[in-house]
Amino acid sequence: MTPFDHFLEALTLQGGYNSALVAIGAGLLGAAAGGAGTFIFLRRRALISDAVSHSTLPGVCLAFLAMVALGGDGRWLPGLLLGSALSSLVGLLMVEWIARRTRLSEDAAIGAVLSVFFGLGIVLLTVIQTLSTGRQAGLQTFLLGSTAGMLTSEAVTIAVAAALLAVLVFVLRRPLTLVAFDPDFAAATGVNVRHTDLAAMGLALLVTVIGLKVVGLILVVALLIIPAVTARFWTDQVSRMVLLAVLFGGAAGYLGAAVSATAAALPTGPIIVLTAFAGFLVSALFSPVRGVVSAALRRRRFQRQVHRRQGLLALVRGEPIYDGLTLQVLRRDGLIRRDGVATLEGRAAAAKAALDEARWSLVRSERADDPVLERYDGLTPLEDLLTADEIAEVDRRLPSPEGVA
Amino acid sequence: MAPVELIARSGELVDDGRKDAALAIRGLSVSYGAKAAVFSVDATLPLGTMTAIVGPNGAGKSSLLKGALGVVPRLSGEVTVFGRPFKEARHRVAYVPQRASVDWDFPARVIDVVLMGLYRKIGWVRLAGRKHRETAMACLERVNMAEFAERQIGQLSGGQQQRVFLARALAQDADLYLLDEPLAGVDAATERAIIAVLQEVKAAGRTVVCVHHDLSTVAQYFDRVLLINLSKVAEGPVETTFTVENLQHTYGGRLATAHVEELALGRGA
Amino acid sequence: MGAEFVQLSLTPLLIGVLSAVACALPGNFLLLRRQALIGDAISHVVLPGIVVAFLVTGTVTAWPMMLGAGAAAIVAVLMIEAVKRLGRVEPGAAMGLVFTTLFAAGVLLLEQSDTSAVHLDVEHALNGNLESLIWFDATGWGSLLDPQALAGLPPQLPRLAIVTLAIGLFLALLWKELAISTFDAAFARTVGVPTRLLGGALVVLTAIAAVAAFDAVGSIIVIAMFVCPPAAARLMTDRLGRQVAWSVLFAIVSAVLGYVLAGYGPVWLGAANSVSAAGMIATVAGVILWIACLAAPRRSRTG
Repeated sequence: MTPFDHFLEALTLQGGYNSALVAIGAGLLGAAAGGAGTFIFLRRRALISDAVSHSTLPGVCLAFLAMVALGGDGRWLPGLLLGSALSSLVGLLMVEWIARRTRLSEDAAIGAVLSVFFGLGIVLLTVIQTLSTGRQAGLQTFLLGSTAGMLTSEAVTIAVAAALLAVLVFVLRRPLTLVAFDPDFAAATGVNVRHTDLAAMGLALLVTVIGLKVVGLILVVALLIIPAVTARFWTDQVSRMVLLAVLFGGAAGYLGAAVSATAAALPTGPIIVLTAFAGFLVSALFSPVRGVVSAALRRRRFQRQVHRRQGLLALVRGEPIYDGLTLQVLRRDGLIRRDGVATLEGRAAAAKAALDEARWSLVRSERADDPVLERYDGLTPLEDLLTADEIAEVDRRLPSPEGVA
Repeated sequence: MAPVELIARSGELVDDGRKDAALAIRGLSVSYGAKAAVFSVDATLPLGTMTAIVGPNGAGKSSLLKGALGVVPRLSGEVTVFGRPFKEARHRVAYVPQRASVDWDFPARVIDVVLMGLYRKIGWVRLAGRKHRETAMACLERVNMAEFAERQIGQLSGGQQQRVFLARALAQDADLYLLDEPLAGVDAATERAIIAVLQEVKAAGRTVVCVHHDLSTVAQYFDRVLLINLSKVAEGPVETTFTVENLQHTYGGRLATAHVEELALGRGA
Repeated sequence: MGAEFVQLSLTPLLIGVLSAVACALPGNFLLLRRQALIGDAISHVVLPGIVVAFLVTGTVTAWPMMLGAGAAAIVAVLMIEAVKRLGRVEPGAAMGLVFTTLFAAGVLLLEQSDTSAVHLDVEHALNGNLESLIWFDATGWGSLLDPQALAGLPPQLPRLAIVTLAIGLFLALLWKELAISTFDAAFARTVGVPTRLLGGALVVLTAIAAVAAFDAVGSIIVIAMFVCPPAAARLMTDRLGRQVAWSVLFAIVSAVLGYVLAGYGPVWLGAANSVSAAGMIATVAGVILWIACLAAPRRSRTG
């Protein structure tokens, strides 16, 4: 079989019960992360999830130690996840507390909490490694995630939890959208903004905890950030953005997990993250809405329009033009000859620009309440905004044709 | 409006009154993305005058200053200061940004901020000496803030912060002062103090330009006015330019006619 | 506290202190510029940097590794700027996006290549191995004057000393410029301070500190030291100079106390083995910050 056949096999869930479960779970997890991540991203707090994910580590270790102390095996996944959830909740509350109660900004609080909790986690890991029990706890897999050799019971736990989480995001979507879109308005309509923010962070926390085993605590942040950023390039509307982020996140999770199941040297977490990044890159460059290429083209076109207009008005007044870009634009459009003298079209276009300028000036001084003034941008001809009758009326009131040309 | 850039490639100025102007702006456009904030503005501000830049919110007043200073990129246009391209005359210009544009929780004392105005005098790498501190203290004295020199800047009121910014500009000992909303949100005493200092500066032959939001004081404080709303509406002496027609033109339906007339008539009061 | 101390503890202690100080110094300005998490992003991308350096050179020697890590840090910073500016994405999200992607690429490359023969793994990158940087050739305090023994010092020590000195010199010389452009960038530009260049230089310096320290102590300390000592110091004073001084003090205390607690703490508690020194140093730095948050004289906002 070629690698592509492997890929198809994995994609269509022929690769075995476990990998199918993992792929479905990763897909659901990605979808939930896309939704939750969008709310956090719109509140401009994307990196809080980094603090949340790093502060899971001491919880995992403490849960392990507690379970061993109680005579258990220590590796029971639900117990470890509960521990991680508790310690990341503490981390989250600490970030909030530091940012609210001291003069430190939120990014400093995030950096402090993530590094210190992570450091504490590493200390606890070395404690576990040297425990007299001597067995490998395998907790390192929480750093980078590992789906290879996952127990079926673990895969089921993750798939079910991810499905429940996706449902939770769906249920909470309305208040979260409202707050993300306009917190002041939301507060005015009786939504508790602080609680809603905490709910969004709570969802992110659950994504992190469930994602630990699949993508690992360092990379789970990507699931919360990248789909939301990607969706932002395609729409300006919050509800559509949430939907798109859910789709992007789900696709990245599912595809990534499926691809990684095809070979041993393709770790799940990194593949999911890189898949999501590929989607981001394509969107950032080529989206017609906010993509880099289209924005650059728009700005360039706009700049040329401004220079063209300025050049035409200079022609009307018989002023010399020195600006390189203005000359280039006028020449390219056939409005002036090489030696700088206006062509026939150039003179016609200049007269038209001058007429439009005069019309705008008249409307701006005489019709101060006219809603058309809201559309004034220096470039749009008045002709395009008023009816022929209105233009004729404006023209009647212009001082005199000589005054224009 | 809008003749194009007039600095010839040879670097020679075309004489359109710019050689004698403190600040001359020609065809300046500034945009954020593909939407203009300032569209092809010309302005010529003579030496020794005090000009208010007036216009509705979002009309591009601050963007005009920032574009002129090169703090934000220009889409088109040229700016000269005392007949020289801006870069060559930078040392003769003092800029006072909006108070809200900086983090007042920064760990610095009042005197430290004023010393920043002496940056060009002190030069690279070297630290401020006793002479510099004396100059800074003198500037604080002029805005009545000397007693606050050792205070942390975050502990000041809004008006006091604005006076510190003004003292920093004074320390620059410039010939052209560009101030972005120096009177926004300050108390009446501060407003009087700031205007008094600016009028002293003008009396010494320097040129002052303020973005100004309070129409009722334009005629009282300034001798020239530049009205803009995206593009320029009018510029000139307050007596001939700050008129009902021009204000209507600038603000459109946003000002009640009766109010506008009152403002224009009430000038010189 | 004789020969054994010099041989086993002196160098790791000094390396820990120098690493902490090298990171805390630029951390002060990052904190004030709201770029505290740049250190976090940079220390994550060190991994792909050293993996690529290994794949290119085929060896695990120090210089290629450091060059690779430094290059990765600069690539990451440029990518973050590009995503921020061109994509109009807020700084936090841009950072998160870039460093997770580069880290993922690093892990994937590591898995794809045969590095089992060499000591190159993720945990090492995170934890470092401060405890192993001992001075074999030392026989006692007298070795400090013995050229032959000095030649056997762990190479991380002189390297970090040079980096720390260079960072200190940079901050001292450009103090005024850094302060002006951090406080009021628009004003700084109008008086001719090259704010962009200076911001870039600060980030490059941060990357150098991160790489030099990471090689010795792993990325946990690096992240913690960029943020915790400057943050705690900010709560102690309202003067920039004093803040930097406090941050250096906190960095030194964290390093010394963390190292001692990691080495001897478990023994005092009756356990046989020591715990991760890097993790313990980060933990102590966190405790210092926590105390500062609760009790430091300038802990609340004024402006």
